[in-house]
Amino acid sequence: MSKMYYRELYCGSPVRFWMGLALLGAFIAVGLGAAYFMEHQGHWVTGMSNQIVWGLPHVFAIFLIVAASGALNVASIGSVFGGPLYKPLGRFSGLLAIGLLVGGLMVLVLDLGRPDRLIVAMTEYNFKSIFAWNVILYSGFIAIVAVYLWAMIDRGMERFKRPLGFAAFFWRIALTTGTGSIFGFLVAREAYDAAIMAPMFVIMSFSYGLAFFIITLIAAYMWGDRELGDLRLTRLKNLLGVFVGAVLYFVLAYNLTNLYATQHHGIERFILLDGGIYTVMFWIGQILIGSIIPLFLIYSPAFEKSRWAIAAASVAVLIGGFFQIYIIVIAGQAYPMNLFPGKEVIESGFFDGQVANYIPTFPEAALGVAGIAVALALVAIGARIIKVFPETLED
Amino acid sequence: MSNKSDQPSVDRRQFIGGTVAAAGALTLAPGVILHAASEKGKAPSGASGNHRWGMLIDANKCAEGCSACVEACNNEHGLTGFDRPATDAVWIRPVKLKDKQTGHVNRLVMMCQHCEHPPCVDVCPTNASFKRIDGVVLVDRHRCIGCRYCMMACPYKARSFVHEALTDQSVNAPRGKGCVESCTLCVHRIDAGVMQTACQEACDKEGHSAILFGDLKDPNSEISRVLKSRNSVQIRADLELNTGVRYLNL
Amino acid sequence: MRSSLISKRLLIILLAGLLLPAMQAIGESRYVTKNSKAASLDSCVAPTDEIRRNHMDFLQHSRDDTVIDGIRGLKYSLSECIDCHASRDSSGQAVSVTSEGEFCQACHGYVAVSPACFQCHRTTPAESGGGDSLGYHSDAQTHVWDVQQPAGRQRD
Repeated sequence: MSKMYYRELYCGSPVRFWMGLALLGAFIAVGLGAAYFMEHQGHWVTGMSNQIVWGLPHVFAIFLIVAASGALNVASIGSVFGGPLYKPLGRFSGLLAIGLLVGGLMVLVLDLGRPDRLIVAMTEYNFKSIFAWNVILYSGFIAIVAVYLWAMIDRGMERFKRPLGFAAFFWRIALTTGTGSIFGFLVAREAYDAAIMAPMFVIMSFSYGLAFFIITLIAAYMWGDRELGDLRLTRLKNLLGVFVGAVLYFVLAYNLTNLYATQHHGIERFILLDGGIYTVMFWIGQILIGSIIPLFLIYSPAFEKSRWAIAAASVAVLIGGFFQIYIIVIAGQAYPMNLFPGKEVIESGFFDGQVANYIPTFPEAALGVAGIAVALALVAIGARIIKVFPETLED
Repeated sequence: MSNKSDQPSVDRRQFIGGTVAAAGALTLAPGVILHAASEKGKAPSGASGNHRWGMLIDANKCAEGCSACVEACNNEHGLTGFDRPATDAVWIRPVKLKDKQTGHVNRLVMMCQHCEHPPCVDVCPTNASFKRIDGVVLVDRHRCIGCRYCMMACPYKARSFVHEALTDQSVNAPRGKGCVESCTLCVHRIDAGVMQTACQEACDKEGHSAILFGDLKDPNSEISRVLKSRNSVQIRADLELNTGVRYLNL
Repeated sequence: MRSSLISKRLLIILLAGLLLPAMQAIGESRYVTKNSKAASLDSCVAPTDEIRRNHMDFLQHSRDDTVIDGIRGLKYSLSECIDCHASRDSSGQAVSVTSEGEFCQACHGYVAVSPACFQCHRTTPAESGGGDSLGYHSDAQTHVWDVQQPAGRQRD
């Protein structure tokens, strides 16, 4: 193989670059305005309530954070597991991981009741709390990946590359385990309290992260008028197929476990049969769009070399993934907690026994979209000033 | 900061001693015991691990259509609603239940169950949710960042998030936008030596006496005696949280 | 640890240094607002200079003692600050200490600090007038313990 040269990514037309950045900036500005509005008014202006305490911003935030750790996989495969075809993609993988995590964290922090007290979260730790661990895991991830990125770029750091790659890989597994455990360790609610949440989140991160990676990679090489070989894309595509299948397997295992235990039939019935919007999201969003369509696009011989099919499959994986997290976060809260087994609540001063209502509002969505915009803007700016993309990726 | 600054001045101590001694001599309303009377002449020493405060709620006595305890709680803690039931604070709520098999109907009140092993305290990243040494589970609003993880973790739906800016709060319960809150077991009364919560007081006054507050660690307290002689239950006992609030006839 | 203590002390001195000339410029009598209880008293719960310099630390210290350990009736209490320093308008209504020109706001505004205290704590004395609104006030009947003051809260 000939020598790889990396070069800053310049868009074919500078106008397009700046217009693109301005568009992202506009999304970010609207999102920040929305966050200010929500903080200033208080959360009553959102769809969130004392029943649905985590809303759309959390869906976006968790989605981005999970995807972030998955985006690093390509680098890990390159330097930890020694896949030569993935090696040239490692730098971009690191940059994308940082970008997605920063975007997700911004959304998460701006949805706090008291974002002004972020310093308290940085200085007061309750080590029994998964959230406190996540504060460390998230900030550590950014630091480790930044150094890892440096080691991948700077020849003088070459000898640290492998150990750093290992460290980053284990750190990202810990991070996603921590994110999954936010739900896995909640004994109160029927949809959570399952150890499978942690490994399921790890597999979800593989899938979403790779899908994000493929889309941004294709976009970047179109954007910069550079050559991107089919061989490499096909490899990524096949890997995505495996991950989508693995997520489907975990979803199956999770639901089957619940279906076996009689006390969990309620929540299963809610998700699979009569949960209204959530049932639709599960079957149409998560299963059809997020799993079946991408698997078809990936494995059908008809689309073997089609770049559009690969991009479409990745987008479908992301849409399905978004619905999957929406169902975990929102439907898990909407389904009433069973405080009194064997009893039916016929009157309550606080919505006991009722399916909670949640309609997301525009400011919540704007904040979430701003998180994605921040991630993309960081990647666009980063790729322009750091040498992350090989000049060419022909086969 | 030096520690001497938080000691009350001497003349204040003498004054307290005098008041408490005088108050202790009074015949108080039924069920009202001045706990501080036993420590007369002492400076306020704060919560003590010699007590564990709890409540006992008799589902048979909780009267249909009554909301005296809810109103008393709202009044005591300055919980003002905004006519938005989904986001207004609820510290105590009546719940009416029907047994799915037998059709037997029960009514009771739910509030923070003041667990011995509170899930909200486990999950709080900043130690804002905490359990006082006397078993009262509270939120330190000076540390709460409003992440609402405790609301996700609470099996009793006991917590509320303050969804709007507030003014004119009660001195009994300073509270504000962006923090989580729940029943404090009238901790300001406990600290003042008044051994009766606002909800119990209201319930007694209505003549129902469905709520009994007391010290679970004191074998001679009324609540301990009733708990010993009658069969009570914890809600979601399967979670092994050892709640401080127990129920009769549920 | 040591150095942070020193820098904190320095910061406080610096703030006080900025504050004092301003206070002198305003004039001796303007430390407290007219028509407040404080105006009729000789000094605060500690010497004025000390309070002015350290009140935030005093309050922060007491706040943790009270919230976490349940120790009430301490020498420094925010509700007592408000009870004493809130002025009353011509109709006898208490004015919020954070209103323009009132005791807390005037100084905090001048030194450009915005303490978070009043996002949760009320800014006027409690209705019954002494931080002693303990008890259930839904009817006129007075309970025995209704008039009982929380230890240390009562002042003459």
